Amino acid sequence: MKPPRFDYLRPQTLAEALELLDRHGGDAAILAGGQSLMPMLNLRVAQPAVLIDINAVPELDRIGRSGDRLSLGGRARHNDVFRSAEVAQAAPLLTVALEHVAHEAIRNRGTLGGSLALADPAAELPACMVCLDAEIVAASVKGERRIPAGAFFQGLYTTTLEPNEILARVDVPAAGTDWRFGFDEVARRRGDFAMAGVAVAVREESKAVAECRISLLGVEMSPRRMEAVEMCLLDAPLGTAANIVAAQSALRDTLEPIEGSEIPPEYRIQIARELLARVIRAMAAPVSGKRTH
Amino acid sequence: MPRASTRRLVAGRGRYVDDIPAKGEVYAAFLRSPHAHAAFEVVNISAAAAIPGVVRVLTAENIDPVCPPWKCVLRNAPDLQSPEQRPLARRQAVFQGEPIALVVAQSRAIAEDALELIEVEWSERPAAISLEAAAMPDAVPAHENLKSNICWRFEHRSGDPDKAFADAEHVVLRRLVFARKTGVPLEPRGILASYDPSTNGLIVHVSHQMPHQFQLHLAELLGMSPLDVRVICSDIGGAFGIKMHIYPEEVAVCAASRILGRPVKFIADRVESLSSDVHAREHIVEARMAVNTSGMITAIDVDDIQGLGAYSVYPRSSTAEAMSALRAVGGPYRFDNYHALLRSVLQNKVMTGQYRSVGHPVAAAITEALVEDAAAVRGEDSIVFRQRNFLPTEAMPWVSPMGARMIDLSHHACLERMLTLVDYPRLRQEIDTWRQEGRIVGLGLASFVEFTATGAEAYGRAHVPVSSLDGVMLTMEPTGEVRAQCSASEIGQGIQQGLAQIIADAVGVRADKVRVALGDTAASPHGGGAWSSRGAAITGEVAWTAGRKLRNELLNVAAAMLQTTATSLDLRDGRILAADTGAERIAIGDVARTVIFHPYDLPAGTNAQMSVSHTWGRDADPFLPTNGVQASLVEIDPISGLVRPLRHWVVEDCGRIINPLLVDEQIRGGVVQGIGEALYEICRYTEDGQYGSGTLADYLLPMAADMPDIVVAHVETPYSGSQLGAKGAGEAGTCGAPAAVLNAVNDALRPFGGRIDAMPISPVDVLRALGKLPAKAGA
Amino acid sequence: MMASDEPTAEISCTVNGQPVRAHVPVRQSLVDFVRHGLGLTGSHVGCEHGVCGACHAVVDGRVVRGCLMLAVQVDGRTVTTIETDQPTAQMRALQDAFFERAALQCGFCTPGMILQASELLTRTAAPTRAEIRDALSGNYCRCTGYHAIVDAVETAAARLRDKAAA
Ligand SMILES: Cc1cc2nc3c(=O)[nH]c(=O)nc-3n(C[C@H](O)[C@H](O)[C@H](O)COP(=O)(O)OP(=O)(O)OC[C@H]3O[C@@H](n4cnc5c(N)ncnc54)[C@H](O)[C@@H]3O)c2cc1C
Ligand code: FES
Ligand code: FES
Repeated sequence: MKPPRFDYLRPQTLAEALELLDRHGGDAAILAGGQSLMPMLNLRVAQPAVLIDINAVPELDRIGRSGDRLSLGGRARHNDVFRSAEVAQAAPLLTVALEHVAHEAIRNRGTLGGSLALADPAAELPACMVCLDAEIVAASVKGERRIPAGAFFQGLYTTTLEPNEILARVDVPAAGTDWRFGFDEVARRRGDFAMAGVAVAVREESKAVAECRISLLGVEMSPRRMEAVEMCLLDAPLGTAANIVAAQSALRDTLEPIEGSEIPPEYRIQIARELLARVIRAMAAPVSGKRTH
Repeated sequence: MPRASTRRLVAGRGRYVDDIPAKGEVYAAFLRSPHAHAAFEVVNISAAAAIPGVVRVLTAENIDPVCPPWKCVLRNAPDLQSPEQRPLARRQAVFQGEPIALVVAQSRAIAEDALELIEVEWSERPAAISLEAAAMPDAVPAHENLKSNICWRFEHRSGDPDKAFADAEHVVLRRLVFARKTGVPLEPRGILASYDPSTNGLIVHVSHQMPHQFQLHLAELLGMSPLDVRVICSDIGGAFGIKMHIYPEEVAVCAASRILGRPVKFIADRVESLSSDVHAREHIVEARMAVNTSGMITAIDVDDIQGLGAYSVYPRSSTAEAMSALRAVGGPYRFDNYHALLRSVLQNKVMTGQYRSVGHPVAAAITEALVEDAAAVRGEDSIVFRQRNFLPTEAMPWVSPMGARMIDLSHHACLERMLTLVDYPRLRQEIDTWRQEGRIVGLGLASFVEFTATGAEAYGRAHVPVSSLDGVMLTMEPTGEVRAQCSASEIGQGIQQGLAQIIADAVGVRADKVRVALGDTAASPHGGGAWSSRGAAITGEVAWTAGRKLRNELLNVAAAMLQTTATSLDLRDGRILAADTGAERIAIGDVARTVIFHPYDLPAGTNAQMSVSHTWGRDADPFLPTNGVQASLVEIDPISGLVRPLRHWVVEDCGRIINPLLVDEQIRGGVVQGIGEALYEICRYTEDGQYGSGTLADYLLPMAADMPDIVVAHVETPYSGSQLGAKGAGEAGTCGAPAAVLNAVNDALRPFGGRIDAMPISPVDVLRALGKLPAKAGA
Repeated sequence: MMASDEPTAEISCTVNGQPVRAHVPVRQSLVDFVRHGLGLTGSHVGCEHGVCGACHAVVDGRVVRGCLMLAVQVDGRTVTTIETDQPTAQMRALQDAFFERAALQCGFCTPGMILQASELLTRTAAPTRAEIRDALSGNYCRCTGYHAIVDAVETAAARLRDKAAA
């Protein structure tokens, strides 16, 4: 199980990386953490002619906050995001979700940009970015392009990223104190990709839900906002029993689950519904405060 | 006592096959059939051969002249029909992944590049895949010209089971489905074959459990003398039965080395391992138990359909697993009437074969499921039912309906110990409290009998050259230290340490003064290697006797030197002492040096032997039965149906324990493999025979975060037929764990009226059993 | 050694404290490089798709899957393997505890386990059993059933704390 032949390029600046990417386009693959690409190379399911290793590009792993925006570099490693105090404060959903992503050594290398660009339907970060209403910044030789997370994911392993673009950064609106987040998932074993997972963000005004964003992972081909479900939770205190029931049935109606015989679609729907209720109840419980999972 | 040799391993200084280099070695990769069943022709290899760095492309055409096909034949089962198998398939491929061509190149990567350029014309045939379908009379044949896929049928009847069932007060019945799984030693199979044309000698480093067996087969297949074939098994990264067979790849690599006259290395990658190591445990079993008015088991009836894969594995036969299961059904209990029917079925899948605890987990799961059901219909605690039906100590020896001699077992004592260990009444109360809180929890027990340390008859009567003997040679060094050379092999189970301790005790030296060499056909007499938990019981016994021989030699020489009698001397901690006072007379190093360097100082004719050897195999008792009880506490997540083992307990009786630390860890490791069998592990095939469990992302193994702590306790009933009294301990964990987990899950589901009858236990099925998902269509 | 036309690269790095210059095929993984290029066979190959953790090595202070990094990617970096002659206090304590507790059988998983556990102990002085199991959840052991490994890590942690307190 050895990779096929490829040429290897290691640009030293973003401009150089973009230049190379522009030249090689569809024949090239960007090598970030390699935690998904390398297995595909070793198994020879990916056979790019050129690897463009972005690990030497400076600044691409920056994590920083400016004002009401948290900026995460495309090459920010999972464990750096996971252990960042700034992230825990401004986007606690990510901290909670990252605990479910793979294992220590993989999180040491795996990157945010890699995870988003790969768009595995069962991955945590894509669903979280949708839930956080983040903006994905794609860079190419022509400049930068901002794509709302909700429009970025196009289906199974498919995004709107062009072959000549690098996912340079993700901008996440920093959460105010009026926001609460919840996350939970079901995976066969610790660190496995999820069979279903739910991310919830809620803003409350005078003890009622004023804004709500919900996205799922592992259930549909790609994450999207569950607007019909979100509606059910508005204008009442979080955790209102009737609203949870309504949200659960709305969820059932809107889902288009992944087909499969080992994990049948009705199973994914069932656990998604139950998880949704579990997450909302946990968020509403007085002790759990901001961080629940 | 820790294993001295693991100092090397914690420092990363192990020597597994892939760590051993040979000058001029080249690397092999196999082209494998993408189809489950197909005719093919290799039409062009020139593009592959032309890649710089490729040494040679070989097909059956090249290999056949140096290596004939082989075939699994059992003399005592003449009806067993298994087709011929070759190192590289010729014109017919019968499972996906079967090797059909071999590239040897300067690197494995280049060899793999070349595989992509070999041109093959395929003509697909219908394939026999699912066990049920393949067993049908009108099934698609797994091989051309096969009249039936059922290649072995076995029926056994003792007593009058029909009458017992007719007279029964209760009859309970289960149909259990066991999915294929595989062993997944963390080190994949691997071999480095170095043929030297100048001497016609072949030196093979291989990750294998029995160097001598492998040597003999290689010599025969390659038309060589065993004198010219040396097999070395250095560090082995786990084996579990997976590495005791003759695989086409290993033989092909030896043939390639012979053809090329240079060292060839093949290290199976994980995809190859998962799709070409033997699989195991594919069974559909229908079983019944008859119980009379007094709650005694009167009869058991099992009907087992077993999946064999494309060939019966060479040389030990895939049928061994089912035969072992049928022997172990009902193991802990006394019952007189038994009917067993087995049909073993050829399929277009990977061969199945012996995997840790061969067949026993299937037997234990069936037996203990029936026991639960029987107790339930009687409205009693299954513990009471077990206690009533256990074979009592005073009834032993007793011959089971399948002819197994049951001796030195301790069912009641083990269960007693278990009840204290888990604090049974309190635990039951606790479970009730948890249930009232809405948690879905269950406790499952499983008693079991495991037959270990297989003797000569099992394979001898089949005329399969598998040794159950062992040889131990001991040499006294001039320093007073002992060198041991031995035919067992170390696969991580710790036998090297166990033998050092036994020899040390037998001779009268400290264990660190004994160095045990294993796993090299050039260094020890022919013997059994590592299988059937035989090390302590067989090799240990040999080592003990050899050690006593050496001790006697030392005492005799010392007596001659000291002008006294051997009986007035003792040997302890490397010193010859006066037996009565304990006063030191002479160190054994001085004795050894006298014999080796100054024999003229000894009385004429002393002729002391500073090297002794002993060979032995048990002739009584074809197997040594062991017994135990396991208990599993599980919790089911009501949302997902996922089963989480919270706690696991084992009480085991493996006779005399040589090294408690190592025995306990053998058991714990075995338990987790058993939990894997119950909860995760499955080799999946699509309907047309495409293998779907080829990576470790698809084939799930138990991981640290999901496994419970495991409490281990012992009852010690020594084997009465040997000096040491040791029996096998290596497989007991795996034997009882799946049954205990299955019973625990069904205990948890009982209040909901659901039940699981298939392993691994799928969370989807659990949600169905909980009534949270509609039942499967057609089920 | 390579009579081939495949792309290669010159790299220089520090491995176990020693400067290394090497000529490697660009598709060669880090674990294949340290094993076959440098003869450091303590990192093992168990799956080559990132699941088992047998191939662990430490690159610039972080544990990585050696099968999911290319040898060219350690150009200019510092690599540590289990064989290092300057093991950290954590590694040494773990090696002793693994040995004494029989937290290994075949030993194939052990180097990867020890490197991963060492990273945990560097960060967390007194991990709970659950935290230990979690940190090691990406390291397969097929032999031990993990219990003894968790014990050994607990013991090593306790001894390191005792030493720090002394
Ligand atoms: C055993 C195992 C378990 C795992 N479990 C999980 C899990 O539970 N949840 C989870 O979410 N993930 C899991 N992963 C995947 C892991 O999180 C990966 O790190 C991640 O999906 C990809 O990130 P990467 O940086 O490694 O990307 P790479 O593997 O380097 O690249 C992945 C893909 O993205 C492209 N790419 C990478 N970076 C960029 C960029 N900046 N711009 C444009 N394209 C880019 C690459 O060209 C490639 O096609 C697991 C991986 C393994 C090996
Ligand atoms: S070999 Fe790298 S994770 Fe298994
Ligand atoms: S000790 Fe063998 S895999 Fe862990």
